[in-house]
Amino acid sequence: MATHFVIDGLKAAIDGKEILKGINLEIKGGEIHAIMGPNGTGKSTLASALMGHPKYEVTEGSAQLNGEDLLEMEVDERARAGLFLAMQYPSEIPGVTNSDFLRSALNARREEGNEISLIKFIRQMEGKMKELEMNPEFAHRYLNEGFSGGEKKRNEILQMMLLDPKIVVLDEIDSGLDIDALRIVSNGVNAMRSEERGFLIITHYQRLLNYIKPDYVHVMMQGRIVKSGGPELAERLENEGYDWVKEELGIVDETVGQA
Amino acid sequence: MSTQLSTPTDRQSAEALARSKGEPNWLVELRGEAAELAGTIGWPKPEKVRIERWNLTAVGSYEQPTAVKAISELPEIVRELVSEGTENLLVQRNSGSVWKQLSTGLANKGVIFTDLETACKEHGELVQKYLFQAIAKDEDKLTALNAALWNGGVFVYVPKNVEVELPLQAILYNDNSESTFAPHILIVADSHSRVTYVDCVVSEPGTAAAPFVHPSIVEVFVKPGAHVRFGSIHSMGETGVDMTIRRAIIENDGQMEWIIGDLNDGNTLSDTKSILKGQGSTSDAKVISVGKNAQQNSLTTQAVHFGKNSDSNMVTRAVMKDSASAIINGITKIEHGATKANGVQTEKVLMLSPKARGDANPILLIDEDDVTAGHAASVGQVNPEQVYYLMSRGISKQDAERLIIYGFLAPVVSEIPVEAVRGQLQRLLERKLEG
Ligand SMILES: Nc1ncnc2c1ncn2[C@@H]1O[C@H](COP(=O)(O)OP(=O)(O)OP(=O)(O)O)[C@@H](O)[C@H]1O
Ligand SMILES: [Mg+2]
Repeated sequence: MATHFVIDGLKAAIDGKEILKGINLEIKGGEIHAIMGPNGTGKSTLASALMGHPKYEVTEGSAQLNGEDLLEMEVDERARAGLFLAMQYPSEIPGVTNSDFLRSALNARREEGNEISLIKFIRQMEGKMKELEMNPEFAHRYLNEGFSGGEKKRNEILQMMLLDPKIVVLDEIDSGLDIDALRIVSNGVNAMRSEERGFLIITHYQRLLNYIKPDYVHVMMQGRIVKSGGPELAERLENEGYDWVKEELGIVDETVGQA
Repeated sequence: MSTQLSTPTDRQSAEALARSKGEPNWLVELRGEAAELAGTIGWPKPEKVRIERWNLTAVGSYEQPTAVKAISELPEIVRELVSEGTENLLVQRNSGSVWKQLSTGLANKGVIFTDLETACKEHGELVQKYLFQAIAKDEDKLTALNAALWNGGVFVYVPKNVEVELPLQAILYNDNSESTFAPHILIVADSHSRVTYVDCVVSEPGTAAAPFVHPSIVEVFVKPGAHVRFGSIHSMGETGVDMTIRRAIIENDGQMEWIIGDLNDGNTLSDTKSILKGQGSTSDAKVISVGKNAQQNSLTTQAVHFGKNSDSNMVTRAVMKDSASAIINGITKIEHGATKANGVQTEKVLMLSPKARGDANPILLIDEDDVTAGHAASVGQVNPEQVYYLMSRGISKQDAERLIIYGFLAPVVSEIPVEAVRGQLQRLLERKLEG
């Protein structure tokens, strides 16, 4: 079945404060959607609410992946249903090696007694690490502990590649990446492009979208998607900033903080 | 039922028992004196744990040991701990030794590995030189009680320049709460020798079901240039009170390594101290503990530096479940004159339930300017951000917490140099964490 992801009227609050004020978005398999928008407008909140971060309370709306409502599920169930979020700030987990973690994540998708063989796992992991030009020693390092900003991002993409999700949300995957890493990570994402998979890419910069060509670009302000268009929208934002959008829509303060 | 007096022995009965076992006069005397002392001095007073509220008097009475003819006659709880293919094994059941074995190769090199009772008879002079020299029998009621009552025990002697490649293993178990179970372990590593000793202390929950006390002492003498690795896992049942005091005296360029797994289900007092007497002596202590139910744990590591250029490192990590508590004390003391000494310590507690309690007390006492020292301590709960991150990759909440807990203990577990100890520790750890 081709992937079909529909976010409908999603509202979410944190500490009782409403941040997302009704998000509607439809992503089909094979599509790449980009979300842009000034700081503090709710982009990461959308990603976290979809994934089920315990601090975010969904107050209204739904998010259906192939007919199943993700918002009814626990965080781990959402992941196993096919949602993947490359986080803006991945956690560090001391004492847990990257490879033990990856293997646990893969095995969580398999029946008990049908765990992936160690050899097969290592072959897969090493293959993907090579594609991402990661030093093999990262397999034995503790998960994200002491990783540089760019190394953490690359490690997020490694996870995405191994876990083979249906819907991928990338939250500022380009922040902290040097120019070569940006190309490598983008190649990784492009290699994963398929009819079976949809992408939602949160970014501040057109640069990433030069590597990963989006089908749709959305602008987020005040906890809503206020404008949508094609790739040309991202180019205009890059050149002119957000003022014209605000003017066009009569928005004074684009953040959700004071609203 | 065990006696419930405030002091569970006296001079007469201690001496009588010693004589009936045919112990040498010096030992009979030592026991008599200690028994009398035990009636006059108080229990140890660890920080923030009132051990006098524990059931400390259930020391039981002496049980004549019966040797077994083969390892296969030992109960399952012991057999599963035996390192595969070992030729150097000693087993104590309740009040005495029931199995001992030393490879002829090591015996020919002059290595002694036997129960301490036998050693007192066969190597009396050697034992007398060291017994209760690293720790005074009159330090407190616990040391006096051990001096008066100790039984079975372990004696290791490694002659000068002899290197013992494979670990010497001891298993000490209690399967009768009515019996006195009070081992004393004495290790002497002569100059430039090298030895690894590992033990496990366990109890049979079915038959050691009534309260019992395990008052135990370990003394280690690391002679110049010698290297001792001491690994010990305690995994006794809920009804046992474990009070174990460990002391090492380390001479010039000697190296001491402690690896302690405090995995009992009952109240535990564990105090491990290195006295860095010699120049260039080193000590490395790693302690892990898991507490469950209402268990109380007092875990202390200490390093006292006298020698110049001496170096100590202490790491304690404890995971507390349910309403268990761990009071962790780390004491680094650098005496005047111990120039260029370095002492560092880290204590961390992870609490898995809102009722669990953890307390880390790092203490540096420094009487010398020209030294380096450091400490780090933390007490906290499983970080929900970390759980979320792992779950966002499809890992169940339970497995996520499991990974985080094992990760917390990993810096100690993964550093354990002896494969056999690491494996056993991992297994007993899992049993306790999952149980
Ligand atoms: N844990 C929190 N506690 C309080 N406020 C929060 C919390 N998380 C987010 N917010 C607020 O919600 C608003 C939206 O934050 P969000 O992280 O979604 O913005 P963003 O669009 O991703 O911004 P950026 O581009 O800087 O990453 C901000 O005003 C932020 O301060
Ligand atoms: Mg953000």
